[in-house]
Amino acid sequence: MRILFSLLLYAAAAPAPAALNVFACEPEWGSLAREIGGDKASVYVASTALQDPHRIEARPSLIARARSADLAICTGAELEIGWMPLVQTQSGNPKIQRGQPGYFEAASVVPMLEKPEKVDRAMGDVHPGGNPHIHLDPRNIARVAASLGERMATLDRPNANFYSERTKAFLERWRAATARWEKEAAPLKGMPLVVYHKNMTYMIAWLGMREVGNLEPKPGLPPSTGHLTDLLARLQREPAKAIVRSAYNDPRPGEWLAERAKVPSLAIAFTVGGTPQAKDLFSLYDDTLERLLAAAK
Amino acid sequence: MLRKLWCAVALAAAMQGALAQNAFNPDISLILQGTAAYGSQNPDDHQITGFAPSGGEVAPPRRGFSLGESELVVSGNIDPYFRGQLVAALTPDNAVEVEEAFFQTLQLGGGTVLKGGRFLSAIGYQNPIHQHAWDFQDAPLAYKAFLGGRWNDDGVQLKWVAPTDLLIELGGEAGRGRAFPATDPNKNGAGAWALFGRVGGDLGASTAWRAGLSFLSTSPKDRTFEDAGATQSFTGSSRLWIADFVVKWAPDGNATVTNFKLQGEYFRRAESGDLTFNATTGDYDSRQSGWYLQGVYQFMPRWRVGYRFDRLDHGSVSNGLGLTEAQAPLLLTDHNPTRHTAMVDWSLSEFSRIRLQLASDKSRAGVTDNQALLQVIFSLGAHGAHTF
Repeated sequence: MRILFSLLLYAAAAPAPAALNVFACEPEWGSLAREIGGDKASVYVASTALQDPHRIEARPSLIARARSADLAICTGAELEIGWMPLVQTQSGNPKIQRGQPGYFEAASVVPMLEKPEKVDRAMGDVHPGGNPHIHLDPRNIARVAASLGERMATLDRPNANFYSERTKAFLERWRAATARWEKEAAPLKGMPLVVYHKNMTYMIAWLGMREVGNLEPKPGLPPSTGHLTDLLARLQREPAKAIVRSAYNDPRPGEWLAERAKVPSLAIAFTVGGTPQAKDLFSLYDDTLERLLAAAK
Repeated sequence: MLRKLWCAVALAAAMQGALAQNAFNPDISLILQGTAAYGSQNPDDHQITGFAPSGGEVAPPRRGFSLGESELVVSGNIDPYFRGQLVAALTPDNAVEVEEAFFQTLQLGGGTVLKGGRFLSAIGYQNPIHQHAWDFQDAPLAYKAFLGGRWNDDGVQLKWVAPTDLLIELGGEAGRGRAFPATDPNKNGAGAWALFGRVGGDLGASTAWRAGLSFLSTSPKDRTFEDAGATQSFTGSSRLWIADFVVKWAPDGNATVTNFKLQGEYFRRAESGDLTFNATTGDYDSRQSGWYLQGVYQFMPRWRVGYRFDRLDHGSVSNGLGLTEAQAPLLLTDHNPTRHTAMVDWSLSEFSRIRLQLASDKSRAGVTDNQALLQVIFSLGAHGAHTF
């Protein structure tokens, strides 16, 4: 018993205490927290780009990490509804409960798209708050960064200036990069795309591309042969430039359709870590646009 | 005109008010279930030979078509400090049963959570999981024999999560002891005690695991059952240990296309005290055990297959009355029940599931019950979160 106790104490004392312990639900928010927090924040990312953010499980490791977090950053808009509420209650951590300053929802500070007027499960796995995949519009990243910077400053008062300075510096670099991306992406305007899941909506809206179909028959339902056959017939009438999937999507349905519709099938990182090139938020956008531009030619 | 406008404004305001109030409603979800079952034996004759009957709903489902339990789940935050949840089961025979009704603290801090009310105890792996989320339609034999299917007592639970990267969770429960193995004592204080500890973590990105050890102590008094025309009753102490583990695997941790889940639990029970047999009393001492191991594999989106093996060990049962197997066959027959169960299920979406389950059940000595059943599970309403 004594050994167990000293082991526990050792384990508790082991990590060098960074000022702010951050639990990020998805890699994009982990990256953003690192940009703003620098060495003052110790960031744990609960999921990877190869995992479907809707289907993360409340794993033991997540409960253990959430236990000591000062700040949890999630997308919100019910994206994490299948796991985060459990992680919150089971962690026994008062700071990250809903309604506390230590729980930050990125979707709460951006204008939401595809907000359904009414919801019914017959429409598939729709989110009443709107489409939650907000991070592929750089203007949303800027909005979230500004708000997150303030939140981190509130939670860690002694380092408030540090976070404000870093937020300002990040936003400057980010705005310059956004202007560059908008210029580079000009040829993408009007480009018709078939997307696996409705998770590129914000990028499509930002760059003026067109979504002409989804591989999923309804949001959240796996692609079926019947639906793919319908889609193939539609693509023969109205061709698309590319069939786009995210790193975590099953490649087979898209490849099946690509081969028959004679349209290139394309994988994008979707979030940080989804391709070897997408190492942070900047390279995520560089890499994604590069891949889309290559398909647009 | 003005009046009309005023009416419209008032109506709009009222509607907005209604909507705003609605936003405070708790999350509500409803589980609908049904089965169509075949059994080569009559479920009414079901028994687990060699083990004192648990009195729970442990028989195979009724043959033919039957409605399963419909579950109504209502949950939400009460205020910044508490969360509450009610799970009411509407049973096919038109009764309402409160499965869970508890509050849980949100602000106690230090990794501690206090829960109070009626709740599925945290002992074992499967015990805290609701039936509709099980991978097979029925409970493992060990749960049926040692807990009457599950342990959901009225009481309090205190749980603590250690501030470590590896999950270390310790907790205890004090309860009334309202069902088997306890006998709902009419007394002040607690009639059942439970302790549990768990560790868990990740092995790379693809594998997550958890292992636990639990203990349940109760003091049954005049726990009675009929066997071969004689009435037996037990008074004494009952101690149950459970060791459990679960391992989940998915390529890169992405369970959407394929994933595998392996779970197993080992139960060991020691009961000692007095056994009364047709009004004569003598010593009683039993040490019995059981285990199961099951694996469920999703081989493509929507489709899963699973296999479970169950076994109980009659162990040692001694009595000071000199009873023979012929006098007390249910308790003293040296029978080690086994069961093989296989299933395949198909989920059109996250909210609907259809399952075919086949079993060869040797719970009763000398009898094999071959079972087949088709089960449907539908979830309506709020998207619930499932425990690991």
